[in-house]
Amino acid sequence: MEKKEYQEYISKTTPKTNELKTILTAFVVGGCISIVAEGVKDILTLIFPSFDVKSIASLTTIIMIFLGGFFTALGLYDKLGYYAGAGSVLPITGFANSVVSPAMEYNKEGIVFGVMAKMFTIAGPVIVTGISASVLVGIIYYLLGLMGVAI
Amino acid sequence: MKVGKESFKIESDVRITSTYTIAGPMEGNGNFGSYYDIVLENDEWGCDSHEKCETKMHKEAIKGVMEKAKATDESVDMLFGGDLLNQIIATSYSARDFDISYVGLYGACSTFGLSLAVGAMLIGGNYIRNGIVCTSSHYATAERQYRYPLELGTQPTPSSQWTVTGAGASFLEASSDRTYPKITGVTIGRVIDMGINDANNMGAAMAPSCADTIMQHLSDFGRDAEYYDMIISGDLGKYGRQVLHYLCKQNGYELANVLNDAGAMIYNNSQKKSVQGGSGAGCSSIVFNSYFYKEMMRGNFKKILLVPTGALLSKIETLQGETIPAVSHAIAIEMDD
Amino acid sequence: MMWWEYLLKYFQVFLVGGVICILGQILINKTKMTSARILVLFLLIGVLLEAVGLFKYIEQFGHAGITVQIVGFGSTLAKSAIEGAKEGFLGAVTGGMRGAAGGLTAAIVFGFIFSLVFKSHSKKL
Repeated sequence: MEKKEYQEYISKTTPKTNELKTILTAFVVGGCISIVAEGVKDILTLIFPSFDVKSIASLTTIIMIFLGGFFTALGLYDKLGYYAGAGSVLPITGFANSVVSPAMEYNKEGIVFGVMAKMFTIAGPVIVTGISASVLVGIIYYLLGLMGVAI
Repeated sequence: MKVGKESFKIESDVRITSTYTIAGPMEGNGNFGSYYDIVLENDEWGCDSHEKCETKMHKEAIKGVMEKAKATDESVDMLFGGDLLNQIIATSYSARDFDISYVGLYGACSTFGLSLAVGAMLIGGNYIRNGIVCTSSHYATAERQYRYPLELGTQPTPSSQWTVTGAGASFLEASSDRTYPKITGVTIGRVIDMGINDANNMGAAMAPSCADTIMQHLSDFGRDAEYYDMIISGDLGKYGRQVLHYLCKQNGYELANVLNDAGAMIYNNSQKKSVQGGSGAGCSSIVFNSYFYKEMMRGNFKKILLVPTGALLSKIETLQGETIPAVSHAIAIEMDD
Repeated sequence: MMWWEYLLKYFQVFLVGGVICILGQILINKTKMTSARILVLFLLIGVLLEAVGLFKYIEQFGHAGITVQIVGFGSTLAKSAIEGAKEGFLGAVTGGMRGAAGGLTAAIVFGFIFSLVFKSHSKKL
């Protein structure tokens, strides 16, 4: 059998993901994590009425990252991820999971070359693209400002 | 003696006189739980890392089979084996505790077949009198090396497999005792790559090599598939078994009645997270050394063909866009009539 | 706010958060993308939405439904860079990092502490 023919046969017969089920769980879990975040935000606003919107948003992010990291540390986040898929990857808690999980995985190789060096094996690309893109956006807006375009 | 293109007939009596298996907790809950010599309560076994646990399993499996065979470091001629980790560390690091000549082999999940073949040929050629074959794998170490950290919340793809935690050892020796199964022939496969690049679809990557080795074996020895009570592929999984069956049928070999797969057999139906079944260098090793060996000794199987399959991939080459090469080796194991 | 306004708001949050995750799940199912790639892609979408000024409309409707997603993280980066651009070139370049400071610091520090205290659990079938 030719390679091409075989690859076609494989792509035709390989078992497929149950679309409906995974999409439904992603929807529910993603929605629930969002509700938790909104709840945290509302509670923070009640406790610190003097804080501005930006500080509240920043504090909410920090708390959500703590929660994501904590559930990862307890060994629960991967169980959630098994069912939720994108529902637990896309929220900021999933980002925390992708930082904490390699750090925990490699702590047997020591603190410097294990934890610290491996912490960003998965989240590294996110930070690199994020910062680079923000610099690009900043420069574009700076140039627009120089040209006198109102922002 | 070489037979046909890739096969070797073992002319003197090389028999598997003892086996010893250590299985992880998930494997213990699987279909062959009662066949293993030891089932671990957790997959750390008192070690402070999973790599050390795999090394310990490997070492204890060799010790266990030596005890059963009443062998000592002086009486054993050679140690064969391998595992999935870089530089086959579980095997090499466990071998430092034995005063035995050591041959480390790597064939990914086909290592058990490769080791049996090399051992049987050396004994058959009268170079050594006996040898120990041991291979191991561990879910957590393989996961870390080939995939993601354990705590990362990822969904398994529907074609993925679960790496078996376990170590299995066989004691091979030149013996004329007819109560033990005998290795009568081996086929050393060639590396085949059909252009599959999905590292989560090992069954599809390995099935062509497995089909090739089985068909080469049958044609080299001039046998048809019914000669064997069962042909057991290594760790193709349920989907891979289906592909293997299809490939053989395409080439005019009907294997439906005799074909089975160690990876597809090892877990039971309630262990859904294994998806397509088990994989790993320990998979064919613990399934053969427990279930098949014991059933052969009881006379329930007379002739089997064990075909461990290995996907020779590395994470680096996958990232560089390479496809996955695979190799399979066939070992004919028979009871004297 | 009345109780039913809260209810409506939380319903919107749930809806927006859920729909974003559906989009991600469809991508995973169709393309077999790994989680790192999905995160990068959605982060860039967030940066883009903010840069063209669409993000705030979704945020007004979805609140934490979008800000808690990695899309929201991307938007924070872009928003801070845009604000920084008003201060001059240096502000434009460093603004993104300034905006992400809270989240990144939290991820690094919590990641470090947790990895010292806890260890990976092996999975069960």
